[in-house]
Amino acid sequence: MRVAIIGSGCSRFGELWEKGFREIYLEAGLKAIEDAGIEGKEINALYVGNMSAGMFLGQEHVAALIADYAGLAELNIPAVRVEAADASGAVAFREAYLAIKSGLFDVVVAAGVEKVTDVSDQSKIVSSAADQEWECFFGANLASLYALIAKIHMKKFGGGEEDLALIAVKNHKNAVNNPIAHYRREISVEDVLSSPYVAEPLKVLDSAPISDGAAALVLASEEFARRVCDDPVFVEACCQASDYLALQSREDLTSMKAVVKASRKAYKRAGIDSKDVDVAELHDVFTIAEIIQYEDLGFCKKGEGYKLIREGITCLNGDIPVNTSGGLKACGHAAGASGIRQIAEIVDQLRGKAGKRQVDAEIGLSLSVGGTGATAVVTVLRR
Amino acid sequence: MIPSFWRKIKYRYDLIGTHCKKCGRYYYPPRNLCPRCRRKGEIEEVKLPEKGKVLSYTVVYERCPVVIALIELENGTKILSQLSCKPEEVKDGMEVVRVFRKYGETSDDGIIYYGTKFVPCY
Ligand SMILES: [Zn+2]
Repeated sequence: MRVAIIGSGCSRFGELWEKGFREIYLEAGLKAIEDAGIEGKEINALYVGNMSAGMFLGQEHVAALIADYAGLAELNIPAVRVEAADASGAVAFREAYLAIKSGLFDVVVAAGVEKVTDVSDQSKIVSSAADQEWECFFGANLASLYALIAKIHMKKFGGGEEDLALIAVKNHKNAVNNPIAHYRREISVEDVLSSPYVAEPLKVLDSAPISDGAAALVLASEEFARRVCDDPVFVEACCQASDYLALQSREDLTSMKAVVKASRKAYKRAGIDSKDVDVAELHDVFTIAEIIQYEDLGFCKKGEGYKLIREGITCLNGDIPVNTSGGLKACGHAAGASGIRQIAEIVDQLRGKAGKRQVDAEIGLSLSVGGTGATAVVTVLRR
Repeated sequence: MIPSFWRKIKYRYDLIGTHCKKCGRYYYPPRNLCPRCRRKGEIEEVKLPEKGKVLSYTVVYERCPVVIALIELENGTKILSQLSCKPEEVKDGMEVVRVFRKYGETSDDGIIYYGTKFVPCY
């Protein structure tokens, strides 16, 4: 039995000062339900990705809260919160996919939400994705861990800071045409190179922002989808892998093993090759991550990720457009929501609803990573 | 915070890691279970070499620049730590040796955190 996506909705991503956790979630959820053209009573279960409402807001038990505030309390459906750092949304999506695949449910909502701008020490909370006792104790944060990875990759394969800048420039350019994006403005290579270092060689403009945002998808069994939807998008595979949490435990830092493993499982299950992917959303939390992921997903050989961006292959009009939404870098990174938001972008692309960002695509891929790569989820979608 | 710190003091102050007698691999941070041999492994605590070389480093700019480095000890064990030196002194592949240094303190009850840092070998 195939699983389909029949509706999607996103809030704006960014600093949403005028909106709280409940409002942004509701906005995305209502859009998704309306897009699917279903009624609340048809929903069998809810899965929510959320990284750290406890630390950002002092609020736990958020799945029940969201079901309640979304008007589903009277229906008493199961509501499950899923946490896997900034892969939370993607893991929630996978749980929703499995729930339908199991045959237990017909219609399930997968959502993700993060409200971050109500506190000031956001970067510390985001760094809780790394090993607190054996990385953060020594003064490392997420940026510095990615910086260590970047330096090892650059030393081995010869890329430079200009190559990293090209990723940010491309993603900002794509975001200009994305109405939900955090930053809808172009930047230049010079802008990136002259921005201050957060952790050498990574600069402010190599880093995704920490954004507020929410996204929701309605998943359904193929039978239900065919009945209510003219343009369902099918989930051909959704595979997850994990790896050592701390960098010092990993053998090779030039590669994210969980990404390699999850993608190969996903390609096999979907019966495709990496060459068959027409459009992809990757986890560019720092620019170096997108380059490493090109390689780990098999879009190019190991060490040749820099060539893909230099030659424009991953630009909007290239062979494999990557991060047509603007990516985490420019669309914005709302930790728990990003995994769902990325899949929503691929859904828009496959349904021909991406506006000025539209590319010609039949098969799309979304990759979400938790922290520095200890969790990876690869989803393959087909129209 | 206090119990969670003193439980680790041995490993932070003295650079004690673990070694699997079955497969010969060394681990830092210490592990109770060898990820290669799992229940068939035989874990023992060992003192790790004090010298190593810098595999990768970065500088984080907070109140003052902090050098974070991934270091490979002489027996191949990797450890993430701070380098207690100026950023301009650091080079990839540089030989370093462990020292005992202060990491920070809590403002409310005055607990001081100590641990291992590395300095260049001259
Ligand atoms: Zn072993």
